[in-house]
Amino acid sequence: MSWDRNQIAARAARELSDGFYVNLGIGIPTLVANNIPEGMTITLQSENGLLGIGPYPYEGEEDADLINAGKQTISEVPSSAYFSSADSFAMIRGGHVDLTILGAMEVSERGDIANWMIPGKMIKGMGGAMDLVAGVRRVLVTMEHVSKDSVPKIRAECSLPLTGAGVVDMIITDLCVLKRDNRSELFSLTELAPGVTVDDVLAKTEAKILIRV
Amino acid sequence: MANIIYQDAHSALKDLARDGMTVCVGGFGLCGIPERLIDALLELGVKDLTIVSNNCGIDGVGLGKLLNHRRIRKMVASYVGENKEFERQYLTGELELEFNPQGTLAERCRAGGAGIPAFYTRTGVGTLVAEGKPHMDFDGDTYIMERAIRADLALIKGWKADQAGNIIFRKTARNFNQVMAAAAPICIAEVEEIVPTGTLDPDAVHLPGIYVKRLINGSPYDKRIELRTVRQREGRA
Repeated sequence: MSWDRNQIAARAARELSDGFYVNLGIGIPTLVANNIPEGMTITLQSENGLLGIGPYPYEGEEDADLINAGKQTISEVPSSAYFSSADSFAMIRGGHVDLTILGAMEVSERGDIANWMIPGKMIKGMGGAMDLVAGVRRVLVTMEHVSKDSVPKIRAECSLPLTGAGVVDMIITDLCVLKRDNRSELFSLTELAPGVTVDDVLAKTEAKILIRV
Repeated sequence: MANIIYQDAHSALKDLARDGMTVCVGGFGLCGIPERLIDALLELGVKDLTIVSNNCGIDGVGLGKLLNHRRIRKMVASYVGENKEFERQYLTGELELEFNPQGTLAERCRAGGAGIPAFYTRTGVGTLVAEGKPHMDFDGDTYIMERAIRADLALIKGWKADQAGNIIFRKTARNFNQVMAAAAPICIAEVEEIVPTGTLDPDAVHLPGIYVKRLINGSPYDKRIELRTVRQREGRA
């Protein structure tokens, strides 16, 4: 047993608080938008210049001038506001965004994150990921615990080029929750997915972690 | 008042375009790209361009056209996505590429337009982006110095303009357009509609006309959507 992608997203959604401004990455993080608790007001930021991302438009109402950072057509909500790319990253860099939830290829025991480049393969660019991990107040990573080849993704050191150094506060995987209250600490294992044991996690984790379940 | 309105993109660009120039281009993906001006740049045949833009269009669309015709020598961008021709030219060494974090790219251009030669940012500290750049600690945190970008020419796309060059953008098509406009001594803007001066609400202007040296009406536009995502209406399968 373990958590599926939507259950990882649902667990991540429990880290939201009423009134939060949040930037979601692509993949599992996008699913967090479907799991926002009833009655909670969350404003989603799109780094191409929008606060207040609405759902996908109804067919026939797509607008080429209204897209998210993944270039998908979206819609507005009543509280939406538009701004330039410079203003968008000023609010990111300036610490005004409460939380970002991102995918990762690797996270190190010191909270380094690698999610933008695999040397030798075509590199696409980091987009806004480096700005987000450097500027947003709290950085949450959602990902599978191990790679498709069963290699641990939570490592002593990242082997891939970094997106940011020492910036990750929390990791939610299909197996467990790892978090730390202080960026100078190691991550603590605080929750296990149903049917997963501490030994299961340790067997699939290269990083040194603390056990607090 | 001086007339800044040109007949079309070609006439607005023809005495300015030259080989080897650096051009800041607005847009995010295909949203808010100055497509008429990009097409005119292609027609004018200039080459060895350095293009500063968040993306490089897609295959055969927007800046992808300049790329396919090998007019771009260097690209400064944050994300170039899946573009086989870009990959091919980069891997064969025909194309120089400089990746900037998106916020750093926006701020470098903003700074270039605002008379700020450099600035410090936490973005990229401890990554490849920081290599070779001056580091400085402020209040216990480490920052890297990034230089401003000042181009020869800026090309942007707006929604509505008045005859004085005041511009209003629409929705997320604003993106880098507002930033790029100031990052060069000359900005050419293409818009969907030019209205008489005095009809725009001055409080609603996003880009004051001081930055816009030349203006064209590029309509009609058939705006491309890169990823069409929709939801079903309730009550339908």
